[in-house]
Amino acid sequence: MKHSIAEAARAARRLTTCATAAVLAVMVGTSGLEAQERDKVTIGYAVSKSGPNAGGADMTVTPNYELWVEEVNAAGGLKLPDGSQLPIEVIAYDDRSSAEEVVRAVERLATQDEVDFILPPWGTGFNLAVAPLMAKFGYPHLAGAAVTDKASDFVKRWDSSFWFMGGSADYVNALTEILIAEREAGRINDKIAMISVADGFGIDLVKAARPSFEGAGFDVSYDKTFPPGTSDFATILNEADNSGADSFVAFSYPPHTFGLTKQAKVASYNPPVFYLGVGAGFPVYPKIAGGSVEGVMSLGGIDPDNELNAAYRAKHEDVVGRAPDYWGSVLIYASLQMLGQAVERVGLDKAAVAGELSTGTFSTVLGAETRLENNQLRAINWVGQWQDGQFVAVSAQGGDGMAAVKLPKPGWE
Amino acid sequence: MKVQTAFVLAAAALVVLALAPLFIPDYWTGVLLGMTGYVTLATAWAMFSGPTRYVSLATVAFFGVGAYTVAVLNEAMPYPLVLLCAAGIGMALALVVGLSTLRLAGVYFVIFTFGLAELVRQLVSWWEVNVTYTMGRYVFLPFEGRHIYWQLLALAAVTLLISWAIGRSRLGLALKAVGDDETVAAHAGVDVTRIKLLLFVISATIITLVGAIQAPRWTYIEPSIVFNPTVSFMTLIMALLGGAMRLWGPLVGAVPLFLLFEWLSVSFPDHFSIILGLLFILIVFVMPNGVLARLEDLRKGGRA
Repeated sequence: MKHSIAEAARAARRLTTCATAAVLAVMVGTSGLEAQERDKVTIGYAVSKSGPNAGGADMTVTPNYELWVEEVNAAGGLKLPDGSQLPIEVIAYDDRSSAEEVVRAVERLATQDEVDFILPPWGTGFNLAVAPLMAKFGYPHLAGAAVTDKASDFVKRWDSSFWFMGGSADYVNALTEILIAEREAGRINDKIAMISVADGFGIDLVKAARPSFEGAGFDVSYDKTFPPGTSDFATILNEADNSGADSFVAFSYPPHTFGLTKQAKVASYNPPVFYLGVGAGFPVYPKIAGGSVEGVMSLGGIDPDNELNAAYRAKHEDVVGRAPDYWGSVLIYASLQMLGQAVERVGLDKAAVAGELSTGTFSTVLGAETRLENNQLRAINWVGQWQDGQFVAVSAQGGDGMAAVKLPKPGWE
Repeated sequence: MKVQTAFVLAAAALVVLALAPLFIPDYWTGVLLGMTGYVTLATAWAMFSGPTRYVSLATVAFFGVGAYTVAVLNEAMPYPLVLLCAAGIGMALALVVGLSTLRLAGVYFVIFTFGLAELVRQLVSWWEVNVTYTMGRYVFLPFEGRHIYWQLLALAAVTLLISWAIGRSRLGLALKAVGDDETVAAHAGVDVTRIKLLLFVISATIITLVGAIQAPRWTYIEPSIVFNPTVSFMTLIMALLGGAMRLWGPLVGAVPLFLLFEWLSVSFPDHFSIILGLLFILIVFVMPNGVLARLEDLRKGGRA
């Protein structure tokens, strides 16, 4: 025993020496960099390239980061107030879908790499995990892929944080408005069958949906939560059918969204309102559903007459090799455009950029006058519907860049 | 004399480590924090699994329970009390689990502990979905990285002390007997089950505390974040690399492996998993008994 302690003490001494040497080397390294003339802007991010979050990050976040950087650099770099341009250099890490990794990666970007700006990770949880650090180091935090009802509280807590995807209540209330209008038009009854996945997104939305539906006088006649691993939806759809509801609402993740669609076709379950969760707004959805998905509703949607958005979609397909999804992608891309324009107006000072982001008006893919309200993007399309092969933003009556919802949903082909 | 010297050295190292965050950048504090967390986890894991040779994959079950306790209680009571609660819950859970399973042996125990982590995660999810209607909880405690680091460092020191004390006591002797041959140990008058249970509870309580202390670092807690099975595997491989049978083994394994992971994720962010897999294979083939044992072998070979 004594022997091993002494041995380990020796090992510890050696380790301490190594650690000190490493720290010294790093310090020397960074001080050498600072002396150089600025010839680029460094932008860092940590997203999930592996692990359970990789799918979502690779659909909504990473392609847009890459697209934007490529575009900016192709145009000569990021513009500065004095008219000069600096190319963007990217430092990208993989957080391996681990909260501790993403926190440390942001610390590394801020204090080791000393990047000029940090782009956020994917997901509500990870954006919240890095939010205190972004605020502490003074970086504007453009929380893109994060749905939260507490954005206003977070803005109070971290005043350089910006929230681009709205909250659960926003999505649900927009759906409720459509349902109310349909009920008044006599096209649906007052019963709703609602299912939700027992995971972050599903629980958050269903929690907002119950009071919203019931407050509007609907009767949630079927309310079921299923575990994330569920793949067989035959029983659930059967029970939903038997509940006598004209509206079917599922707060689901992509695998369930696809499974529900296939099962509904097999069972010829075709309620007037068929609303699904994440995945129904993916460009591949019609292919996965195997034919027409006319009338299927979900979160998001685009304005097909918006040329800026159409150009963005074409470019995304061109550079990334596939089309962006119809919900989050365009919001993330718009947030990057805003960052670029803020830098062009006020330079690279982080606090000035944050100030410009909260008060300025920007020209983005969302429109020529995009601005934030209380550090939150509110001009979001909450409900979308597949109409003529496009997933378009809809509201009860249409207008304001949105189409009128077409219900009841036609039969499956 | 030698023990005293070792204690003085260890205390000096502790002081240096505790003062380090005042002089180094935040990122290195973060690295030290992660490292200390794993040193504690691996040492606590080896406390039970080393001598008894019961390979446990339940690390993350306790780790996650600790983190969740903080998430649930952090606004209801003062922080020290929250930590006490977390320790209490971890202890109670370990008692229940230990009483019902420690008669299992070999591969059955491994499978059970792996299942336990998933079971606890699903139970927490079920509870949140059906009873409290919340998924995702917020931890707003005014801690920065270095505050969490200091707490972990203190816990690491206590863990090593406990491990050392057990190694010197009759309990440690009994444990070694159990590890060598349970039947023989039982015949020699060792209360096998009681000893295993005691060690399991101590080890699990420390692991729970690691989770509890680290929770404020993530601000937002949900089951998929805190019940990440990677924690169990990393702990296991770190302890095995250093040598789970020795006091300093887990530390000697955790420190270089953690630094290596950090270096890999900085230098090869896209190939991390592949390189990691190759490394594991290498460790198992070249040093199945751990670095310390390997060093000892080499030295003996040199003398002979």
